Amino acid sequence: MNGISRERAEYLKEKRRQKNTITLLRIGILAVLLVLWEFFSNIGVIDDFVMSSPSRILKTLFNVGNNNLFTHIGITCLETLAGFLLGSGIGICVAIVLWWNKTVYLVSEPYLVVLNSLPKIALGPVIIIWVGAGQQAIIVMALAISLVVTVLEVLNGYAATDRKKIRMAKSFGADKKTIFTKIVFPSNLTTIFNSLKISIGLSLVGVIAGEFLVSKGGLGYLIVYGGQVFKMDLVMASVFVLALMALLMYKGVVFAEKIILGILSPGK
Amino acid sequence: MEIEDILKVENLCCKYQAENGEVEALKNIGFSIKKGEIVGIIGPSGCGKSTLLSIIAGLEKKTSGSVIVAGQEVSGVNSAVGYMMQNDNLLEWRNIYRNVLLGLEIRKECTEENREYAKRLLEEYGLGEFCDKYPSQLSGGMRQRVALIRTLATRPEILLLDEAFSALDYQTRLKVSQDVWEILKREGVTAVMVTHDIPEAISLSDRVMVLTPRPARIKNIHTVDMTEPPMKRRNDSRFSGYFNLLWEEIN
Repeated sequence: MNGISRERAEYLKEKRRQKNTITLLRIGILAVLLVLWEFFSNIGVIDDFVMSSPSRILKTLFNVGNNNLFTHIGITCLETLAGFLLGSGIGICVAIVLWWNKTVYLVSEPYLVVLNSLPKIALGPVIIIWVGAGQQAIIVMALAISLVVTVLEVLNGYAATDRKKIRMAKSFGADKKTIFTKIVFPSNLTTIFNSLKISIGLSLVGVIAGEFLVSKGGLGYLIVYGGQVFKMDLVMASVFVLALMALLMYKGVVFAEKIILGILSPGK
Repeated sequence: MEIEDILKVENLCCKYQAENGEVEALKNIGFSIKKGEIVGIIGPSGCGKSTLLSIIAGLEKKTSGSVIVAGQEVSGVNSAVGYMMQNDNLLEWRNIYRNVLLGLEIRKECTEENREYAKRLLEEYGLGEFCDKYPSQLSGGMRQRVALIRTLATRPEILLLDEAFSALDYQTRLKVSQDVWEILKREGVTAVMVTHDIPEAISLSDRVMVLTPRPARIKNIHTVDMTEPPMKRRNDSRFSGYFNLLWEEIN
């Protein structure tokens, strides 16, 4: 504690206390809800055949051998990653093209706006007919949902790059490619990662919607199947796993951002 | 004697088209600058001072007339000209050393020899120990010096300073302009400096050019008969004389 004044120590302690309180409340709310849910379904206030209950969900989760939960998780996971990588990759490249050529951008702008507002799920039947009713349709659905948002988001970032920095590069004779690689792209790493964070969630939406429509595997399939045969435990357990998966994928992107920004953009 | 003129501007006119009409920015501008000279340009705000520098830098197109830098007609950005703006525009993801190399990298002149030269400049001007630091860790004045070295590293024949100090606070500005003057004189760099600050123009320049309101023409060119460094000039008895003269002309 040497070198820290009493006031400083108190300040740090207060900060720590605040942080702990928040964490405790976050966990507390979940715990209380779960306990109440379990309690009321035990004494019969709520019907656990319709509502399921935490203990029944746990039982379903531990019964993995019977319902192949891991296989389904794997399927959904792979489909989401494929849709996410394709959507983001193509999106970032399309944004480059639109940044590069203003005419192309101005011409395509109204189309992008319409495509962005259009609920992509409406394209479900079209996608199924075009690419076939299988995993490919699910991946295309995830791609369709995340693509346009990525394009618009990343393009906005490119377009908002500091004009003065671009002018500085121009004063050294930089061509468009150099301006992009040395100024525009590195300026927008944070924007790109923010769009990745949005698009990983959207890809998951696309995959679940796709699995509702066509699949024979995956969490979306489990949820639909569980609903049809009235196994609410299975539905609830799948939703629970899905929530966990969404969280982990998001955290994965955040982690990748930390690593990559640490290498490419250490000054921030 | 023609070769002595690093920069020669003749009959330069510039009109540009804006959505709400045509703007005539420069009219019949003509002057020349010798090697090693520092020339200040002042004029009412919005008169086209910056446009003039942008044209010399090759960043904007002239309408007619000619601009000759180091014996060559300017027809776009060229390596004889270094251009510095109000903002340091350092890239926060690069450390100081790599920021200084940016100009060389863009020009594809990042040779061993030029890298050594850039390093020497950094060390000579008190930034050697900051090579591995990032722009956010430096003060405004230091950042502006880094920006200057980034430009000097490309060895321009002539340096254009567009309000290069006006983003700095007053004290830093006095200090940086003193530093920059010393660097320019020591490296023998020719410079054209646009500013709205009359004392700054007097204290740094060998000659001061006064422009009229838009469309800008040259109203007058004054030789500043002082050779001492900027801070000393400000104490010179002739300083206020120049100030009053320029103040009268600009208004």
